[in-house]
Amino acid sequence: MQHEGRELLLQVKDLEVRFGTKRHPFIAVQHVNFDIYKGETFGLVGESGSGKTTIGRAIIRINPTSAGDIIFKGEKINGPISKELDRRVTQQIQMIFQDPMASLNERAKVDYIVSEGLINVAKDMPRPQREKSVAQALADVGLLPEFASRFPHEFSGGQRQRIGIARSLIMEPEFIIADEPISALDVSIRAQVLNLLSHLQRKKGLTYLFIAHDLSVMRFICDRIAVIHKGQIVEMSETEKLFANPLHPYTQALLSAIPLPDPLLERNKKLIIYDPACHDYAVDKPRWQEIEPGHFVLANEQEMEGHREQLATSCRISS
Amino acid sequence: MSEAVKTPDTILQVQDLNVKFSLRGRVLHAIRGVTLDVQRGESLAIVGESGSGKTVLTKTFMGLLDQNGWVDSGSIHFEGEDLAAFKTEKDWLRIRGRKIAMVLQDPMTSLNPLKTIGGQIGEALELHQGLKGPAADQRIQEILLDVGIEEPARRMKQYPHQFSGGMRQRVVIAIAIACQSRILICDEPTTALDVTIQAQILQLIRDLIHKYELTAIYITHDLGVVANIADRIAVMYAGDIVEIGTCEEIFFDPRHPYTWALLSSLPQLGRKGEALYAIKGTPPNLFNEIKGDAFAPRNPYALNIDFEQRPPYFDVSPTHKVRSWLLDPRAPKVEPPESLKRIQAQGGSFYEHC
Ligand SMILES: Nc1ncnc2c1ncn2[C@@H]1O[C@H](COP(=O)(O)OP(=O)(O)OP(=O)(O)O)[C@@H](O)[C@H]1O
Ligand SMILES: Nc1ncnc2c1ncn2[C@@H]1O[C@H](COP(=O)(O)OP(=O)(O)OP(=O)(O)O)[C@@H](O)[C@H]1O
Ligand SMILES: [Mg+2]
Ligand SMILES: [Mg+2]
Repeated sequence: MQHEGRELLLQVKDLEVRFGTKRHPFIAVQHVNFDIYKGETFGLVGESGSGKTTIGRAIIRINPTSAGDIIFKGEKINGPISKELDRRVTQQIQMIFQDPMASLNERAKVDYIVSEGLINVAKDMPRPQREKSVAQALADVGLLPEFASRFPHEFSGGQRQRIGIARSLIMEPEFIIADEPISALDVSIRAQVLNLLSHLQRKKGLTYLFIAHDLSVMRFICDRIAVIHKGQIVEMSETEKLFANPLHPYTQALLSAIPLPDPLLERNKKLIIYDPACHDYAVDKPRWQEIEPGHFVLANEQEMEGHREQLATSCRISS
Repeated sequence: MSEAVKTPDTILQVQDLNVKFSLRGRVLHAIRGVTLDVQRGESLAIVGESGSGKTVLTKTFMGLLDQNGWVDSGSIHFEGEDLAAFKTEKDWLRIRGRKIAMVLQDPMTSLNPLKTIGGQIGEALELHQGLKGPAADQRIQEILLDVGIEEPARRMKQYPHQFSGGMRQRVVIAIAIACQSRILICDEPTTALDVTIQAQILQLIRDLIHKYELTAIYITHDLGVVANIADRIAVMYAGDIVEIGTCEEIFFDPRHPYTWALLSSLPQLGRKGEALYAIKGTPPNLFNEIKGDAFAPRNPYALNIDFEQRPPYFDVSPTHKVRSWLLDPRAPKVEPPESLKRIQAQGGSFYEHC
């Protein structure tokens, strides 16, 4: 397998998150399994409400888990953990939040917003040192040091998203969960923020969990992608393999929905609509299976046969 | 473009339109001399980055400018009247919703949360087509099916909050159909939706344009989504249309450096391991007087004259006009960026394997 010899950073095993009450539970995600290796960008894609943010928040310990394990650098980090481990997790795993307009405290100055996390873990850090860290974090995301004394509403969408990124970088994390960091932004600013994330990854050896609902961006930025539908991962693979051979019908629907910047192709494109009723799972139950090295799909035996055939044909065509 | 003759095909004709806002004692020049002919039955996309004036331009067609804004000069001809000269709300009520309808980004703002879906469509049918009772009920169900809502008999009795975001969007479109509106303006109607739903709504709008002979104006900041529905595309920058042409002309033969920049920054054209193209700098401050070509300070191909004098429109073809000095015969010849060739070379390879 391609990942042999690479360092495992995060493992999610059979994760389940429930909301609601004991009597009326709502299972937001279940049977979620994936591994993330050091230095890679792992993508999580799925429609609105599928549970992407819930998974991110479970990893940073905001959402309690109801089953399964989350293992970071060999240590279990969900459920009750020691104070010392909690501090390490808070520092080493950071999340960039979905909506740059809503996620910044409007009444605080940029200086405070960016250093808030630092204040929480290193209470007695001297002020000059803290100011230096803020200036460095702002510089890392391409903002001027004097922005520190301004308020969030004085910035454009792209600049606010950068402030959100600076806020996580100041913690010197190893792992960043970027929750739809660009979907609230104008196209012209999206490219800036994506380039910044790639640049920081190279410079600081960061690992990303990149959450999005748009596959066109993911192809460009992710090494591997997991597709989630209604709280369950239905397919996972290296990016190019997923684009070459999408097996699960939901993945195919997502791919067919990517808008093509070409009028001739786009007008003749056939939109695939996913209907969960297309599965016949009454007797033959679906399982999470590895169909080719590193390529997993949720399917029953009958579907697996079809998938194997599809892979065999596509190999014949490409060789 | 300014000499555009009014042909029988033109449903809406905008001429040298200027819109201003007054804000804390200062004046913001939001629309700077837009001239545009909208053809009957076409689907026109208006694209441009945030703040370029897409929403303000189309709001003037419906008398929906905010209190602090006004049409400073210019005209908007529609069915023999100049909408820019309208003074009273009574005038607008003849147009708004009845002849020109708008679908907004957040459909909740256009729907009444306290009335059933069927009730809201029925109201429009009664007001605009005089339909009542069982005839109206039947028509409501037909329209709901037209916009892709299954089980219309059950659905028409439900309230907006019982519908998903994509379905609410469809209901707003259904109401526009019930009003028999001639022009449907869709202002980024899909940005709040996920991609699969977005693609379905786009296809729906395209089908309805044909079925009901609508004229559609589709507003978005993302050029990537309009290839499917647009017959023509107008590219806006800083309150002005800098390039307009057929969909093919804009995607395959763009001429304005701003259009090049918009196309180049599409992630679909990105390559792994290479930086995505990003437009440098920020759009101009519309409180200030703009001299020359508004895009010049961000334009790597800018000529000296771009900083001095506003370019006129140059015709590339009878359907393709560009406001850029680069099209002047005396200008040096520049090639569009290499990455744009990927539009033809790469566009289709996204999913063609499946
Ligand atoms: N704190 C909560 N209490 C109750 N239900 C919740 C809570 N947080 C999330 N949910 C529900 O869990 C499901 C998954 O939500 P989540 O926010 O993870 O979706 P998402 O994939 O991030 O969607 P989006 O693309 O819209 O951000 C949804 O049905 C949501 O309503
Ligand atoms: N009520 C108002 N008062 C002052 N300025 C306004 C007002 N409404 C709009 N503007 C300004 O007019 C310009 C054009 O705004 P408009 O909303 O048309 O942009 P847009 O192209 O629709 O952008 P977006 O993609 O963000 O919706 C902007 O500079 C905006 O700040
Ligand atoms: Mg989310
Ligand atoms: Mg707008």
